[in-house]
Amino acid sequence: MYGRAQKIIYAVFVIAVIILGWSLDNEYYLQLLIFIGLNTLLALSLNMLMGYAGQISLGHAAFYGIGAYVTAILTTTYNVEPILALPAAVGAAMIVAWIVGIPTLRLSGYYLGMGTLGFGMIIHILFREWSSVTGGASGFVGIPPLEIGPLIFDSRRSYFFLVWGVVLLSIIMCRRIIDSRVGRALRSIHDGEKAAAAIGVDTKKLKVQVFVLSAAMAAMAGFLYAHLIYFISPGTFNFVASIRIVTMVVIGGMASIWGALFGASLLTLLPEWLHAFSEFEMVVYGLILMSVMIFLPRGLTRGVIDIYYRYRKSHDK
Amino acid sequence: MQEILQYLFSGLTNGAIYAVIAVGFSMLYSSTDLINFAHGEFVMLGALGMVSLTAGFGLPLIPAFFLTVAGVAAAGMLFERLAIRPVRHPEPIVLIIITVGASIFLRGAGMLIWGKNSYSMPPFSDHPPIDFAGARLLAQSIWILVIVTVVTAALHLFYRRTLTGKAMTACAVSKKAAWIVGIPTKWMVLLAFGLSTGMGAVAGAIISPITMPSYDMGTMLGLKGFCAAMFGGLGSLWGAILGGFLLGILEALGVGFVSSGLKDAAAFILLLLVLYVRPQGILGSADVKRF
Amino acid sequence: MIPAKKFRNTVLAAAVLLAASLILSPAIFADSHKDAYKIGGIFSVTGPASFLGDPEKKSMNLAIEQINEAGGVDGHMLEGVIYDTEGDPSKTVMAAGKLINKDRVTAIAGPSRTPTTLAVIPMVKRAKLPFVSCAAGNKIVEPVKPWVFKTAQSDIQAVASIYQHIQKRNIRKVGIITVSNAFGESGKEQLLSQASDFGIKVVSSQSFGADDKDMTAQLTKIRRQDPGAIICWGTNPGPAVVAKNVDQLGIDIPLYQSHGVASPKFIELAGEAAEGIFLPTGKILVAEQLPESDPQKQVLLDYIKAYENKYNETVSGFGGYAYDAIHLLAKAMEGTGGDKAQIRENLENIKGHVGVSGVFSFSKTDHNGLDPSAFVMVRIRNGKWELVE
Repeated sequence: MYGRAQKIIYAVFVIAVIILGWSLDNEYYLQLLIFIGLNTLLALSLNMLMGYAGQISLGHAAFYGIGAYVTAILTTTYNVEPILALPAAVGAAMIVAWIVGIPTLRLSGYYLGMGTLGFGMIIHILFREWSSVTGGASGFVGIPPLEIGPLIFDSRRSYFFLVWGVVLLSIIMCRRIIDSRVGRALRSIHDGEKAAAAIGVDTKKLKVQVFVLSAAMAAMAGFLYAHLIYFISPGTFNFVASIRIVTMVVIGGMASIWGALFGASLLTLLPEWLHAFSEFEMVVYGLILMSVMIFLPRGLTRGVIDIYYRYRKSHDK
Repeated sequence: MQEILQYLFSGLTNGAIYAVIAVGFSMLYSSTDLINFAHGEFVMLGALGMVSLTAGFGLPLIPAFFLTVAGVAAAGMLFERLAIRPVRHPEPIVLIIITVGASIFLRGAGMLIWGKNSYSMPPFSDHPPIDFAGARLLAQSIWILVIVTVVTAALHLFYRRTLTGKAMTACAVSKKAAWIVGIPTKWMVLLAFGLSTGMGAVAGAIISPITMPSYDMGTMLGLKGFCAAMFGGLGSLWGAILGGFLLGILEALGVGFVSSGLKDAAAFILLLLVLYVRPQGILGSADVKRF
Repeated sequence: MIPAKKFRNTVLAAAVLLAASLILSPAIFADSHKDAYKIGGIFSVTGPASFLGDPEKKSMNLAIEQINEAGGVDGHMLEGVIYDTEGDPSKTVMAAGKLINKDRVTAIAGPSRTPTTLAVIPMVKRAKLPFVSCAAGNKIVEPVKPWVFKTAQSDIQAVASIYQHIQKRNIRKVGIITVSNAFGESGKEQLLSQASDFGIKVVSSQSFGADDKDMTAQLTKIRRQDPGAIICWGTNPGPAVVAKNVDQLGIDIPLYQSHGVASPKFIELAGEAAEGIFLPTGKILVAEQLPESDPQKQVLLDYIKAYENKYNETVSGFGGYAYDAIHLLAKAMEGTGGDKAQIRENLENIKGHVGVSGVFSFSKTDHNGLDPSAFVMVRIRNGKWELVE
């Protein structure tokens, strides 16, 4: 029954994407949805690490950036086909994650936060200072559109389908991992690392593995971002960006795949709605962020369910 | 020799700024187990409040200083009462996002009040830079050094010698146990917030003559202060000061001997190495908590 | 494992949220003015470059008001739609997408910074829309892109005027200190590449972070190489800190700043340390001191008066970029009926337009349209700008 429900959800998801993709004529809305898709990928990737394994990262934008810069450099400077640059971009992020993850994931709590933050800063500075390769602070121009065989993704509509296809595949992949033995082991780390180790979970290895997976997904988002905008600059991958990803995960609801989707949607759409406030935008944005966390500390998805249950309870009596 | 001394002085100036901010982080952590990501914004409030009171309202330095600190501490307590206490399940990550939200809110409010420009603030005393074997240090840096040391020593005594201070430490160790033995834990948290944000205001006020404050100064300062607090060992006051100075001096030496573009990276790499070797920071205690 | 019921409810909650977010979307409220020409503006009104974006937004509104008061363009009123980029490329792309596809503007002015400009260039190219950037970076118009123009003076001219001045004073060695963002980087590139043309050698090149509070370490390193002058490239407050630090260290050689600090704010921030500093700037700072024969003088005085009356604040050198952009666009729109290709064509053929930032003469190979005469050298004396010959 559980499996069937899941299949129905995926079917609804696919249909929704197809309908939106065909019916929306305004490129602005397509673009908005593409950004939501990219942010969902980022939130999903961090959610695997933070929501399920309980390991915080305040430097996740670094992997996003590595994905974007590797493909930019390969496709533009070295004329590599984008389809070949993809494994390189994702692979580079995975290797970096593996090297950094081994010592960093030994830390915990705020110190882990600090370790990942420092790593994110170093990568950001690297993007900015290594200007002969990365284009420096002014950014990297002239990234080609994405071509896979005969398919050219140069319109917003085609990109919309590409991004949401990737999102769907990622959701299915995450779901599978979470429901597997590995997923249970992961959650055991979240609930009590020592207890998990005591019952035979190789916590160190598992943490690094999920870190690498998370980095790979973020790099995928970076790859898609670079070929969407055709331009990247270090500012997109700084500390603030990392914090924004963390916020998406927490606001949406940790340890919830759909939570990642809502967190990402809300934080992408919110600034668009808040334009009307002009000078007051920041104040309102900060207030909303605080209120959501004060009143729905488990995130929007869970929060709405909690309210629903409370409502049912009070009416059933 | 004169150069190395100048690098040290340069590091001392930046380091003093980081240190005084790190103390605020560390002291809040030591009594509530919480990192306030809006701390940088309270520093901003302190700095701009100081500018407004002295330049705008023409108050003399000392009353302006105490008024600013009291005002910002009150704002910090209000923040605790309105945004931190109502949280039903105070998990660290939830509190972190609330403080991130608060930092955005305060930055927005700062922009509305003070506009987008930087301000200038005269130094506390009109001394020319102090010459020491050809290297020069601003008089204001000495002011910062002295005030930081005095305030930290006072805090240290407060924690070790007074009943309230000891009660606050007890709350940090175990809120429940502290409550059982009759400590009003809610008041302690409120007080800790007041002290910590007040400390932020002290930081903002004394660094305002060298930092040219503006509404968005808090982010970077908060980040550096957080790093310094981590470096020295979270929860340790003297660790925070040590961390701040080390970070500042490392950056200055990074400029001198590596490259000015990579100075931040050099500092962060060293920071990571320290964390790898000694995960609890230089002066931190060994029990490090999970999220 | 999550119970099936709970799982279903999660999905339900999700669906409700998604539906709510789509319904709330402000799309429904779009309106259409048939008569007005819509011009989009994207400026970093808040964020680290707000010192550029804020006066630019105000100047754009001012220019539109002036044009409309004078009867608009061929009887069409102008309507400005301005969004804030916060200096962030992703937000700028969103804003540009909104202007192009939702507000359906005829032309776009801004963004304020080089990276944000570079980020939207592919979009305006695809949308075939006249685009006038207000950013300084030379990468924007080099190589020339058909739809892309810019009004801010290039670093090339600013560096050239500084080096000319240094050459005249017979200084052969300089040390440079630049901010580590797009503005500083672009300045550094020009400083390094043009030095040999003037027989000057850059003996030390340092950088500082936009938020740094003390640059004595960098200056100490520069001093060791014994240069004859120091050139600082950045935007407030960094350069003011550099000026103060130079004073503090007692470095007794001329200090040059870039046009990035060309606002009264710099003098206020640097205080006494600002005395004797040289910088290249658009003529706006010394409008009063210009000879009567200068064609820009009247335009500048009018702009300053209008701006200060409307906003009750001192004018800076930056708002003029947007002011010029709007006036150039309005001029190019005359007789086109709003046809974008025609506007672009007209823009490219504008010659001798007297603006705030200089006299613009565009051509097929020059989409900035300014020559070195757009800059003058000024010196700060007694807290005032003083025109240097």
